[in-house]
Amino acid sequence: MLEKALSGSRQYWTWVIFLFVLIGVGFFFYLRQYHEGLGITGLSRDVTWGFYIAQFTFLVGVAASAVMVVLPYYLHDYKAFGKITILGEFLAISSVIMCMTFIFVDMGQPFRITNVFLHPSPRSLMFWDTVSLGGYLVLNVIISHITLNSERKGIAPPKWIRPVIILSIPWAISIHTVTAFLYSGLAARPFWMTAILAPRFLATAFAAGPSLLILLCLILRKFTRFDAGYGPIQKLAQIVTYAMAINVFFILVELFTAIYSNIPHHTMHFEYLFLGLDGKSSLVGWMWTSEILALIALVLLINPTTRHRQSTLVVACLTVFGSIWIDKGLGMVVTGFIPNPLGTVTEYMPTFPELMISVGIYGLGMLLITGFYRIALSVRKQIPT
Amino acid sequence: MSIDRRKFLTLSGLSALGLAGAPAVRVFGQDTTDVAQDTTPAEPAQPEQPRAPLVAQRWAMVIDINKCVAAEGCRDCALACHKVHNVPDFDNPKDEVKWIWKESFEHAFHDQEHAHQSEKLRHATLPVLCNHCDDPPCTRVCPTESTWKRESDGLVMMDWHRCIGCRYCVAACPYGSRSFNWRDPRPHIDEINKSYPTRTRGVVEKCTFCDERLARGQMPACVEACKEKAMIFGDLEDPESEVRQVLRETFTIRRKPGLGTHPEIYYIV
Amino acid sequence: MHDAGKVTIGLVIFLALVSAPFWYNLSSGRASYTPEVEYPKDAESCVRDSAYMAAHHMDLLDEWRDQVIRDGQRFEETPDGGRRECSLTNTCLGCHVSKEKFCDRCHLYMGVEPYCWECHIIPEEL
Repeated sequence: MLEKALSGSRQYWTWVIFLFVLIGVGFFFYLRQYHEGLGITGLSRDVTWGFYIAQFTFLVGVAASAVMVVLPYYLHDYKAFGKITILGEFLAISSVIMCMTFIFVDMGQPFRITNVFLHPSPRSLMFWDTVSLGGYLVLNVIISHITLNSERKGIAPPKWIRPVIILSIPWAISIHTVTAFLYSGLAARPFWMTAILAPRFLATAFAAGPSLLILLCLILRKFTRFDAGYGPIQKLAQIVTYAMAINVFFILVELFTAIYSNIPHHTMHFEYLFLGLDGKSSLVGWMWTSEILALIALVLLINPTTRHRQSTLVVACLTVFGSIWIDKGLGMVVTGFIPNPLGTVTEYMPTFPELMISVGIYGLGMLLITGFYRIALSVRKQIPT
Repeated sequence: MSIDRRKFLTLSGLSALGLAGAPAVRVFGQDTTDVAQDTTPAEPAQPEQPRAPLVAQRWAMVIDINKCVAAEGCRDCALACHKVHNVPDFDNPKDEVKWIWKESFEHAFHDQEHAHQSEKLRHATLPVLCNHCDDPPCTRVCPTESTWKRESDGLVMMDWHRCIGCRYCVAACPYGSRSFNWRDPRPHIDEINKSYPTRTRGVVEKCTFCDERLARGQMPACVEACKEKAMIFGDLEDPESEVRQVLRETFTIRRKPGLGTHPEIYYIV
Repeated sequence: MHDAGKVTIGLVIFLALVSAPFWYNLSSGRASYTPEVEYPKDAESCVRDSAYMAAHHMDLLDEWRDQVIRDGQRFEETPDGGRRECSLTNTCLGCHVSKEKFCDRCHLYMGVEPYCWECHIIPEEL
């Protein structure tokens, strides 16, 4: 089936070559990082996790969000999602691979990664995160392969795949829960140590992931004969609306606890995020942008007219995605380290090589999505020749 | 066990005697580079007769801030430790690696700080290092058990062969005691101590309470280097040990006790 | 199989490329020697039997590093009742004073690059 990704129009190949260039640039800078060490990133003794780990966290959410198409289709028999479940699963596979790559480039001794399995430590959440992400990848590879293959042959998928699909639903919830637990179990970092972190991660995932899926469906409609249909896209938009509303509610809940309790070690991080601390404020502009985007998104999504109209829905999806990417991909991880446990404010700014490595990984993810979607649409003979 | 303990007590007694002659108060305003030169402990010659290892059921340390404040500007403990352990000097806070360093009271006891702190504490700097917690959060999060608490004596150990450099332990440490090797440390070590390895880039390091010296019957390098005898090191499980004696008689505090990590470094304020 | 010809040519090129190092070594004669290592002159015996050491020194070092770091056993007893430190730099390189003439000669020949030296000190280089 994979060979289907290897034929296509000039436009397709231009896009693929562009992605390969991104990957090449990322790889070039990674070689530099590999030789010189992580010192070429903006990370420091005080801020030891940054852009890579933040992208990892954000993408775990995108991966988990596949459950938002799988669940209605398989548990609620919502037939209209039949066409797009495979898109959700392929998005999940690509995201998990990006997550793993981000972890890999963040490691100081990447070739010792096998130590995680040679010396398994069940007390470490990182061990469980490896297990859950790896398992989720395997589940989605099996599910997408089997269902697509049956579709190609025009037969019903084998019966045993259904329990596997049902298992993938709680598994999707687990990957983002465990990822939240990585952070929320650390007494040293009051900013992360909040029970609402896992629910908040899930809410952001179920808003950002499906809005990306809506955008991908619309892109596919423009360039191919695939049409997800008005109904399914509107259903996804509804899911995004609820998830985004819950996300904003969670943010407010979090802010209430931090501000009203007024425990300095907790409020200081929020102060840094939204006001700046000790004259250092490089995230303040970003965070307010994120909140304003969130409000715009809510207005566009809750209002039925703007949600139903495609042009405004696109804007809504972009604002949701942007708002959550800033929140998780820029603010959430770094702020846990600012101020540091001794109360010192050291800021973090990703360096050019660090950004290029990240761009390379996103290029890899987009290449995977492109190839996978092409396979799916070829099977359905929806690719223009 | 009892023999070892007796040996240990004899040894600490002897070192106390040796220090009795040292001036109680150092001359102020001394150039720190001079201090560095004249106080770095001479590398002890390898003993002809191997000394019995120093052992304990629970190693702990008491640091007397008063003595430390009296020796203003003194960094003997840090210099000695960093020299013995080949800790690189990057001279910039971003790549910095440190095992023990002098920190202001305000930062070390960041939750005890208030506007009307005594003059002494407001200007005090005191040594901070790995607390060798009884319930260390760093070892809990390590995905490869590269850092673990040694059950025999409570030391929080590091295995640099195994560390994958994920830095989860750095995130989990509430005391900022862990450093990551962002770059190759070798070119930044002035004078390499050949009896101790360096680290490679990409691994986390920290104080190990000188487990390698204890095994050779020597006290930790910082304790040995401190002329003021501000650092007392011993077995917390031994009621007769000097640490227990001091803890019995003096009011001491620990860093961030509310987190339940049970640090084993006690400070006399 | 209308592309059988092309596939065969591709396979031949692939095999030629993969086996190139072997052909190169055969033709240049660069691998047709036995590495000569320099043994310490004044030491009577090694920490283990020399045949065992030649084949398994890496296993012993592996064992030692776990024993020293993880179990805290820094010393082992020698057959004559003495005490020996389980240390690459202090014990092994204490006798084998030249890493270059002992370790490296074989390692180069075998094409292995142990990363021990990234951390462990080579006294002769100081």
